[in-house]
Amino acid sequence: MGEVILTMKGIDKSFPGVHALDHVDLEVRKGEVHALMGENGAGKSTLMKVLTGIYKKDSGTITYEGKEVEFHNTREAQDAGVVIVHQELNMLGHLTVAQNIFIGREFKKGIRIDDKKMNEEARKLFDRMHIDIDPKETMSKLTVGKQQMCEIAKAISHEAKVIIFDEPSAALTEAEIEELFKIIRDLRDQGLGIVYISHRMDEIKVITDRVTVMRDGAYVGTLITKDCTKDDIINMMVGRVIYEDPKTKNMTPKGSPVVLKVDHLNAGKMVQDVSFELHKGEVLGFSGLMGAGRTETMRALFGADPIESGDIYINGKKVTIKSPQDAVKHGIGYLSEDRKRFGIVVQKSVAENTTMADLDEFSNGPFINKKKEKKVAEKFVESLATKTPSVDQLVVNLSGGNQQKVVIAKWLTRNCDILIFDEPTRGIDVGAKNEIYKLMNRLAAEGKAIIMVSSEMTEILRMSDRIVVMCEGKKTGELDISEATQENIMNMATREIN
Amino acid sequence: MANKSVSKTAGTKKSFVDRMGGQQFIVLIIVIVMFIFFSAMSPGFRKYTTVVSILDYSYYIALMAIGVTFPLLTGGVDLSIGTGLICYSLIGGLLVRQHGMPVAVGMIVTILIGVIFGIINGCLVALMDLPPFLATLCTCMITRGFGAFVVGGYGIPWPAAGQDGGWFRSIFKIQVGGQNIPIGFLWILLLVAIMSFVLNHTKMGRYTRAIGSNKEATRLSGVNVKFYHIMAYVICGLFAGLAAIAYSAIFATVQPGSGAGFEMDAIGGAIVGGVSMSGAVGNVTGTLIGVFVICLLKTGLPFIGLTANWQQIITGFVLIVAVLIDIFKRKKESGK
Repeated sequence: MGEVILTMKGIDKSFPGVHALDHVDLEVRKGEVHALMGENGAGKSTLMKVLTGIYKKDSGTITYEGKEVEFHNTREAQDAGVVIVHQELNMLGHLTVAQNIFIGREFKKGIRIDDKKMNEEARKLFDRMHIDIDPKETMSKLTVGKQQMCEIAKAISHEAKVIIFDEPSAALTEAEIEELFKIIRDLRDQGLGIVYISHRMDEIKVITDRVTVMRDGAYVGTLITKDCTKDDIINMMVGRVIYEDPKTKNMTPKGSPVVLKVDHLNAGKMVQDVSFELHKGEVLGFSGLMGAGRTETMRALFGADPIESGDIYINGKKVTIKSPQDAVKHGIGYLSEDRKRFGIVVQKSVAENTTMADLDEFSNGPFINKKKEKKVAEKFVESLATKTPSVDQLVVNLSGGNQQKVVIAKWLTRNCDILIFDEPTRGIDVGAKNEIYKLMNRLAAEGKAIIMVSSEMTEILRMSDRIVVMCEGKKTGELDISEATQENIMNMATREIN
Repeated sequence: MANKSVSKTAGTKKSFVDRMGGQQFIVLIIVIVMFIFFSAMSPGFRKYTTVVSILDYSYYIALMAIGVTFPLLTGGVDLSIGTGLICYSLIGGLLVRQHGMPVAVGMIVTILIGVIFGIINGCLVALMDLPPFLATLCTCMITRGFGAFVVGGYGIPWPAAGQDGGWFRSIFKIQVGGQNIPIGFLWILLLVAIMSFVLNHTKMGRYTRAIGSNKEATRLSGVNVKFYHIMAYVICGLFAGLAAIAYSAIFATVQPGSGAGFEMDAIGGAIVGGVSMSGAVGNVTGTLIGVFVICLLKTGLPFIGLTANWQQIITGFVLIVAVLIDIFKRKKESGK
């Protein structure tokens, strides 16, 4: 670690009704990777937005390279060398890689944009990062991982001295994360100051030098990463001990009947000849890398994508599923990985979302029985411990974990016995994650059959009774939890099959 | 590394059609096939005068279509160009007819009013965040009423060829030895070339597409999104003004209250030519070719005995097919 390049001291920021930042401190040195941690809503992103000029601070000082500064917009921050790599990729899918990297500051020959020079410069950047991406390729054709690399290249091209990574690994595969870490270490060794925001505890230990923890908008403390344990950090984040031990043996009752059998399912390139069984009271984990075809399998099973061939049996009876309506009719509920797009209607209330899949049950002819709706919604708010002021609250105002609970309530209302959780804890903070896990275990114990698709190895190992592993659209393995390890799952997930 | 081989094979895998410009190439073939079909079906169609009249008819639609390509690429639309065209032409013509101004002044005013309405549309959409459909539907109504109001409900004949100031009609058509030469087509080609350059090789074009691709990302990249978003509508207004000149030069009289529906021919042409309604994808050469599909339908169908009603029905179906192709392509891309 070198000298201090950036100091934020006593940063305070209020929005109407919310004290978002309460005198927060952060210090970044040259040549360090500094983790910024905290649950969702702890104020990490707000702090970074204050730094890069998106928000104006109420009080406090920012010292950068020895001088007190205040950036008024991202452009000013960029020009000074403070660049943020956003959580949601800010990519223009229709433009080329080079055009994306240099957007807003194109090289020009007269009034003409000099694409040739931009391609050359982009190539130089990639060389510096030791990665190989064609600058002329259209952005949307790259994998998410490569797109992330382009974002980083863009950041470096600003002659950045401080780069902020906002949950960069959220959508990356393990291999891509490895590559990302290599680049981050490279940048660190070149003397840049790196701020790394992430929820993933494992990564923090691997990549960062120091950790600053925030909670509820306040500064909690800064630790040297190698001198602290995971639990130290988590305790600072949530103020309580929470982690439960992972499952070590299959908890499904012996002789539990098969409720769902999928036989040689084919649906496009991503689902080839997939077969598996799901028992009552079981949590069946689906592991694999990004793009392994897990979500596609679930979508086909749920009738969201057309099935080409293969049979589905529910409770031993062969069924035809051609649409989500069919699936729901047969008691399958699907909790999408992308809640906002597929799971909930954010501008509607908790009650309306709860009854959405089963509105017939709550209607007298064309009229919705609001009273009944409210009663059932309240019942689930209570039993799932959903934190909401009332069932009339709009779902958009709830946190990620509580939104997920509303989706669960929706399928429970419909009496679904088979629940497919696709990345159930994505974007949900540590404390709430635990609650979702508990809830899933409870549902399984009550006799629901659960499929859980997850990209997080710890989650798979912690929750599953059995694990199905997929790679490139094919099932490459099946394990009982007692024999599963990170290594053998990884092997199966990367196995080339002929 | 692995990626290199992937990107390289992706580069060489392009099909013949893709290398020829994809949808544009197919649509160009369709234009040629349509032309051959109508020629074969009707002796009246395969005459030089018919070709000239198709071209005459195409100018104002093509100009509107080139312009509206820009809002379409930002993911928006401009519905005011049709009634706008009539409005601008009426006001310009009124200055010439009733106030004795030179035709050149009338033309400049016509174009300027187009630009002004472009600015208004742009501000409504980019600064005040009105949905483009709504904003330009309103200016569509405003221009329609405003034009009729200014002229008091009477048609305005711009000076005819041979009359004082009638020279402007020869911008689009000159007579050599008793034959009409449709030189307007050359102007269209020139403008397509210029706007094609603007779209593909200047900041203006790049940012127009960028806005259509991901507006927020473009803004976060430090681009003055508001300015370029407005400019897309200004270009559209400018071309609606030019289209007003073309319309005035080709038709004897400009009638107030008309013009509604013109924009659909132009937008339809752009979409048939491969411009995506969701923005970012498409270019002006495609638009021009698409316009000729629409024009051939409009002018060709009467020759094989189909009435105006049929033209509209068939044009409607063609548009559905074009939009379906667009949707299909996007599904394929996102689901690869």
